[in-house]
Amino acid sequence: MNKKPDYLAHAVLLLGMLLFIFPIWVTFAGATQSAGAINRGDISLLPNLSHLGIFVRAFSFGSGLTGSAPVWHMLLVSFGMAMTIAVGKIVISALSAFAIAFFRFPFRMAAFWLIFITLMLPIVVRIIPTYSVMSDLHLINTFPGLTLPLIASATATLLFRQIYLAVPDELVEAAKLDGAGPMRFFWDVLLPVSRANVAALFVIEFVYGWNQYLWPLLITTKGNMDTVVFGIVQMITGDQLIPWNLVMATTILALLPPVIVVVAMQRWFVAGLTEVDK
Amino acid sequence: MERRTLFNSRLLPAVLVAPQLAITFIFFLLPAGGAFYQSTQSTDAFGLNTVFVGLRNFASLVTSPQYHEALVRTAVFCVIVTNLSMAGGLVFASFANRSIHGRFLYRILLIWPYAIAPALTSVIFVFLFQPQIGLITNLLAGFGINFNYATNSNQALALVVLIAAWKQVSYNFIFYLAALQSVPRSIIEAATLDGARSFHRFRTMIWPMLMPTTLFLVVTNLVYSAFDTFDVIYALTGGGPGTATDVLVVKVYRDGVINLDLGGSAAQSVLLMAGIVGLIIMQFRITTRRST
Repeated sequence: MNKKPDYLAHAVLLLGMLLFIFPIWVTFAGATQSAGAINRGDISLLPNLSHLGIFVRAFSFGSGLTGSAPVWHMLLVSFGMAMTIAVGKIVISALSAFAIAFFRFPFRMAAFWLIFITLMLPIVVRIIPTYSVMSDLHLINTFPGLTLPLIASATATLLFRQIYLAVPDELVEAAKLDGAGPMRFFWDVLLPVSRANVAALFVIEFVYGWNQYLWPLLITTKGNMDTVVFGIVQMITGDQLIPWNLVMATTILALLPPVIVVVAMQRWFVAGLTEVDK
Repeated sequence: MERRTLFNSRLLPAVLVAPQLAITFIFFLLPAGGAFYQSTQSTDAFGLNTVFVGLRNFASLVTSPQYHEALVRTAVFCVIVTNLSMAGGLVFASFANRSIHGRFLYRILLIWPYAIAPALTSVIFVFLFQPQIGLITNLLAGFGINFNYATNSNQALALVVLIAAWKQVSYNFIFYLAALQSVPRSIIEAATLDGARSFHRFRTMIWPMLMPTTLFLVVTNLVYSAFDTFDVIYALTGGGPGTATDVLVVKVYRDGVINLDLGGSAAQSVLLMAGIVGLIIMQFRITTRRST
């Protein structure tokens, strides 16, 4: 084959890479500059390395609105929310897929279709009535309110059901002969065979949970349950003078956790996404 | 498909599906039913009296010029975003699939934007395009171009299209790369030989093999651009200036939560449900055809 480097491919891919890195680089470099310089419209592309302390200072920065929480608190809420949603979705979806695939019980298919229907009901199509339900249950401004309604997952249930249906009959028979009950079988056989899918789902749902905006916008009114994504948008929409460098530093902090999860678990994530979303 | 080997118990499966069903019922079905009910009600300006009005909320939507505008705006928005982000994903995927040095590095550098929150994508673009501080705004000003998405409707719409597409490229990249990797190596190599006809070869040899993925992505990208771009748009413009970026999902929020037109907003919710049901049925038709 020809050994000549594929200049065109490198050029296109470098351009693509820059297209995505450039805005983040501006944010990073901007964070290290003085608020005054940014306000004058002088964002330099060269970061001021002596100002890296801004990324530490940002932790104690609040959104400037009355009753708002500092950034470290927002990050904690976001982390709790992302973890609860990711783990919660995996657990309840695996359990319900197990029930639907391995048992016969009344209204089994009805249960399956009810779960399936949630695919067609994103928050935007039921905003006000969902808010009424939340308020009737006293879930506004609470952590369960922020997480519980986002834990149902039709896609994860469908995926687990598909994996469980493909488990060979011999494996089930062998487990039964060994005297394993259903939960023992679930724990010792089903979970290990679906490990790669669980890892992929974790990445997808962690990112989904961390990145929520509309739901916190609807359900948090006081600041104690502000997530970092929601908090940052609040910071730039108020009438107050915006400390741009701190906002940019907070943005970098808010980007890091989901990016780290995706990059670190890239292998499972890429294989899983094309599997989950079909 | 059904399993032949099963476990025997009636109580255990009920306990296992209970949490998922409870959440589905309380937070999905109940509110969806609520939206249907509310769409037939009308509440006066003070929220004191609610009366049954039948289909009048739907009738006033269908005859509302604002709703028509939002509908057309949404359609245009979806078509452009879908085309831009799919084209970007396909171009980068076909080059990243070539056997070149550093292809794994390139891949991860094109995949990671998947992790960025849509709302934060808008915030990052504010740093670039904000009328006073934006880096690109100031560059454009140097060329005598006045860029202000807070006052100029067309610029606002163009910017939310750009951000929504930028955010979705990595998703399409991942799917197209996976599809290209399953195309036999010999065909890829034959099609990417240097020369003026390589684009022609791509179109006649590889593009047809990507068709199932393309169809699937068209539907998922339409769902994304119609339903999942609320964050991008609302965080940047709030639907403004005026109603310049008021697509259907932003309008349903503004009318319901901000302007408290509960009946009108609920009627919009019901129409949106019909839209997403249609798209999801299309999606399932395509995926079942793809896997058989």
